[in-house]
Amino acid sequence: MRLLDMKRTTTGAIAATLLAAFASSSAFAVTQADFKIGAAVSEDDLSLWNIDVTTPDGRGLPPGKGSVSEGEKIFAEQCVTCHGEKAAGGSMYGSMVGGVGSFLTDKRKLTPGSMYPYAPILFDYIRRAMPMTAPESLTNDEAYALSAYILNLNDLVPADGVLDAKAITAIKMPNRDGFMVDDRPDTKAVRCMENCPPIKD
Amino acid sequence: MDHRKPTRRGGEEGTSASHDAPGSQNRRNFLKGGLVFAGAAAGTSLQAHAEKLAIPESNKQMGREMELKAYGTPSKYEAHVTRNRSDVLVNKQKWSDWSMTPIQNQVGIITPNGLFYERHHAGVPDIDPAKHMLVVHGMVKQPMKFTMDDILRLPAVSRFHFMECSGNGLTDWKAPKSKTVQQSHGLLSCAQWTGVPMSWLLERAGIADGAKWLLFEGADGSAHARSIPIEKAMTDTLVVYGMNGEMLRPENGYPLRAFIPGWEGNVSVKWLRRIKVSDKPWHLRSETARYTDPMPNGKWRQFSMVMECKSVITKPSGGMKLKYGPGPYEIEGFAWSGNGSIKHVDVTTDGGKTWQEAKLEEPVLDRCLTRFRFLWNWDGGPAKIASRAVDTTGYVQPTVADIEKVRALTGFVQHHNAIFPWSIDPSGEVANAIA
Repeated sequence: MRLLDMKRTTTGAIAATLLAAFASSSAFAVTQADFKIGAAVSEDDLSLWNIDVTTPDGRGLPPGKGSVSEGEKIFAEQCVTCHGEKAAGGSMYGSMVGGVGSFLTDKRKLTPGSMYPYAPILFDYIRRAMPMTAPESLTNDEAYALSAYILNLNDLVPADGVLDAKAITAIKMPNRDGFMVDDRPDTKAVRCMENCPPIKD
Repeated sequence: MDHRKPTRRGGEEGTSASHDAPGSQNRRNFLKGGLVFAGAAAGTSLQAHAEKLAIPESNKQMGREMELKAYGTPSKYEAHVTRNRSDVLVNKQKWSDWSMTPIQNQVGIITPNGLFYERHHAGVPDIDPAKHMLVVHGMVKQPMKFTMDDILRLPAVSRFHFMECSGNGLTDWKAPKSKTVQQSHGLLSCAQWTGVPMSWLLERAGIADGAKWLLFEGADGSAHARSIPIEKAMTDTLVVYGMNGEMLRPENGYPLRAFIPGWEGNVSVKWLRRIKVSDKPWHLRSETARYTDPMPNGKWRQFSMVMECKSVITKPSGGMKLKYGPGPYEIEGFAWSGNGSIKHVDVTTDGGKTWQEAKLEEPVLDRCLTRFRFLWNWDGGPAKIASRAVDTTGYVQPTVADIEKVRALTGFVQHHNAIFPWSIDPSGEVANAIA
């Protein structure tokens, strides 16, 4: 009798242990991948968000076109207050014209004309961020037109020029080859403790 | 130092303070550390007071009653501790602008959320978390959208990391333009970040073969965006909603931002609304015309995102005064590296001729602010003090001269991680001595 009880107890204990082990192992088996969060969405549903341009090849540039003269008009209405007449600098921001050749001097002048390696950068930035008081309000045609105007001021598009996806991608920017990828660490300081050169030298 | 109010020095601690001269807390710490400077232990500290101390007013009345619900604020006596808009380089508008952390006032390694530095490109958006959405699309098996509830449902991770703007120090390369360390180094802060690994969200969408780059894009008026190598996002990048025990502040990305440990702040895109997967980088304005470094051959270094090893003395620093005359002072500051943790910090008090190792205060964490301390007996003469950090890769913090050998220092140059000296004149005034 006692033996039987003991047996039962033992069997019960083993079962309980096994159950606990099973339960805990399944608890530990849960990973973040088991949280099926989020909802599927289609690229079509994202079209209004999908505003980026891969600027070297123009991928992502939308249909549409705009001329230098159209851009000049839009600039006068929406941009001139901050950027100044002919984008030469205004109440808020500096010049967006010139600067080519200044990078070998002590005073580098950074403008879309001197700095951007690819012209679609200008379209991308105007479309996502300008005008500052009403970003993402311009039509694609207006963004092309403003790009054409700014690039014309930088002598990169003729006065009668019209830009679309193909034309803006084809522009060869002066600073196309002006970049190198990060290769740091570039300094070679040593941990001198005594008789070291003073900091200034 | 000047930045500490006298109330912090134990002046209200009753009779136990009566034997101590001002600044005695420093002295007590010194004694605790077993370090006694000749002359420092002698002097005024043991003189008896001639005047009996009155019972403090605060002992004789009830204090302010408990508020039913409140978000606590600092003491009114700390009102001088503020995050200040950039005032050495002054922008003509306050939307694409930045503000600097008063690191000279920071105690410990964590920056309070209300003092965390800011950099915005079109101001601070007001975003309702119930409406916020993060999408992952492009070269994925299934484009996905996530609500804040979705992201909050995932198991969370919390990590301590610094954040530094690539432009920290850009006004002070070759001439001392900043007066205080807040102005010269205040685009630096540190927090405990809470969120989820970005890889978990990318895995929900399923990365397609051939994908190499991601676009992070914000829901602010500039739709600020950066190209990020996918391996970085899969390794240690977080999508965070929490910061120092509470949800992000609006100016730091509420309700959701990217966080890339050790990299320049602007890649940790705030108000994150979109991650696009691609096979190549975008070369946007923010990674060509901005956030690039001028090189001596007229070219520009691009995608220079790691913030290399750096340190600075925050006490004493510019605008402070060694007001107790010759004698013992504690020199303290921060060291940090985007490439690992801090291995050594050395301090010089003679302009760099000799250096001695400072003590690192625990915890010393990976890509996190590390506090160093160094005890110094000022002889009352002119001195030039500076710190130099070494990280776990063996990299030694350079001087401006070291950097100028390999980069062009023209205009407002990014990624200034040089040794930063402060001069001390015989009156004890501390000033920027970068050149």
